[in-house]
Amino acid sequence: MTAKNISLPNAEDLLKTLAQKLRPLLRTNTALVGIQSGGVWLMQKLLVLLEKDIAAYAIEHGTLDVSFYRDDYEKRGLKAENRPSQIPFEVESKHIILIDDVFYTGRTTRAAMNELFDYGRPASITLLALVNRGGRELPITPQITAADITLDASQNLQLIQNQNGLLSLELQSKSGTQA
Amino acid sequence: MNNPQLDVDGYLRHLLSIEGLPKRILNQILDTAESFVGVAEREVKKVPLLRGKTVCNLFFENSTRTRTTFEIAAKRLSADVISLNVNTSSQSKGETILDTVDNLIAMHADMFVVRHSQSGAAHFIAKHVPEHIHIINAGDGRHSHPTQGLLDMFTIRKYKPDLHNLRVAIVGDVLHSRVARSEIHALTTLGVPELRVIAPKTLLPAQVEKLGVHVFHDMKSGLKDVDVIMMLRLQNERMNGAMLPSAQEYFKTYGLTQDKLGLAKPDAIVLHPGPMNRGVEIDSSVADGSQSVILPQVTYGIAVRMAVMAMLAGGQGSGSQAGSQV
Repeated sequence: MTAKNISLPNAEDLLKTLAQKLRPLLRTNTALVGIQSGGVWLMQKLLVLLEKDIAAYAIEHGTLDVSFYRDDYEKRGLKAENRPSQIPFEVESKHIILIDDVFYTGRTTRAAMNELFDYGRPASITLLALVNRGGRELPITPQITAADITLDASQNLQLIQNQNGLLSLELQSKSGTQA
Repeated sequence: MNNPQLDVDGYLRHLLSIEGLPKRILNQILDTAESFVGVAEREVKKVPLLRGKTVCNLFFENSTRTRTTFEIAAKRLSADVISLNVNTSSQSKGETILDTVDNLIAMHADMFVVRHSQSGAAHFIAKHVPEHIHIINAGDGRHSHPTQGLLDMFTIRKYKPDLHNLRVAIVGDVLHSRVARSEIHALTTLGVPELRVIAPKTLLPAQVEKLGVHVFHDMKSGLKDVDVIMMLRLQNERMNGAMLPSAQEYFKTYGLTQDKLGLAKPDAIVLHPGPMNRGVEIDSSVADGSQSVILPQVTYGIAVRMAVMAMLAGGQGSGSQAGSQV
């Protein structure tokens, strides 16, 4: 219940900040890759917000579901719903912008990088996250974020998309009940 | 009765037969397989899910396609694979099945893919092994061949996504076919509304209607307006005595030719589990024709087997490692 004391930023506002920060990174040979599911929602919205630049540089995009690369697969097994990864472009020599919703331990990023390399050798990978909530366990950190919040390990920050497509952040306690 | 295929939490522990698996699990396997299809089209055709695991193909009966696809599936999941043709090794020296299995477990095998000419062989092994070992039935006698049934469902779903609106015909040697049994259970579990079997009386098991199928003895009425035709192989090696006049006679009546295919819906698809007897149950022009999905079946078979292995190896994990020998 301590979570109630923290006021969470508005996700749609953060998205605009993220778009502004992303714009200067767009150039030819860049590609966007969203990590399921929050990262994909963000990417879809960024593609619209940055439409002109995306078109000008002919920037391609894809999605990753990192389930098969997770290091906790043996403990957690496969989720009932996993979506196929779709990378419809050559990864070789591309500047990849990897998009995730909430950056926490860095394990998802590691899994995503491992998967990307199975498609080819990118020229570079930049990590973009809506929120960095602190608590990384690996020498990985996002280069671009719209907000940095420090949360307790017992708290779980999630990006939610409602029926109208609007994004919001939600704090849950680890047991899964809404705080 | 408890289901040996599921653990206490309802996760898949062994894959022994489609019979007894809830729709939820079948759909989860098919959905997971969807994600594995793309892996084969990438630069590196591997995911690290079964890294460090050892999968043992235990084939007490010959098979090329099934063994190869299981081997490829396990390797694409980064497992180490050992394939044993047991009829040419220790078994011929008199070792029992369970001794063979125990020896491989002592070598730290994690998963067994078992094919045997005796119905129930995979169940028998599954009952015997410790908790952390997983068994996949790759065909046992006339009983079951669950991954073939699943890959057929996957293939049908790819071409005809709305399973609740399909008319499906299974044609041929249902009596000797473990594939047919697995297909029938899978199709009914997944809610296919009309299921037909077409075969001469001598090649149908007694009371096959009880499985929820409509029985036809001629192709003309049986194939009328069907969406999916699932051919079965005429199993010469399993036939004892004269169940059929001759292969030529069989082809004339039950062989799938372009003419007979014309009775089905114009966009009907044709499946066959292989190996095909061209000119016996299927004409070459149909097998190689535009409505045939026989080779896609093989490709999808790898993704489906990857999905099964991935689901078996994940989820149960910690706690059960000690394993209690039953």
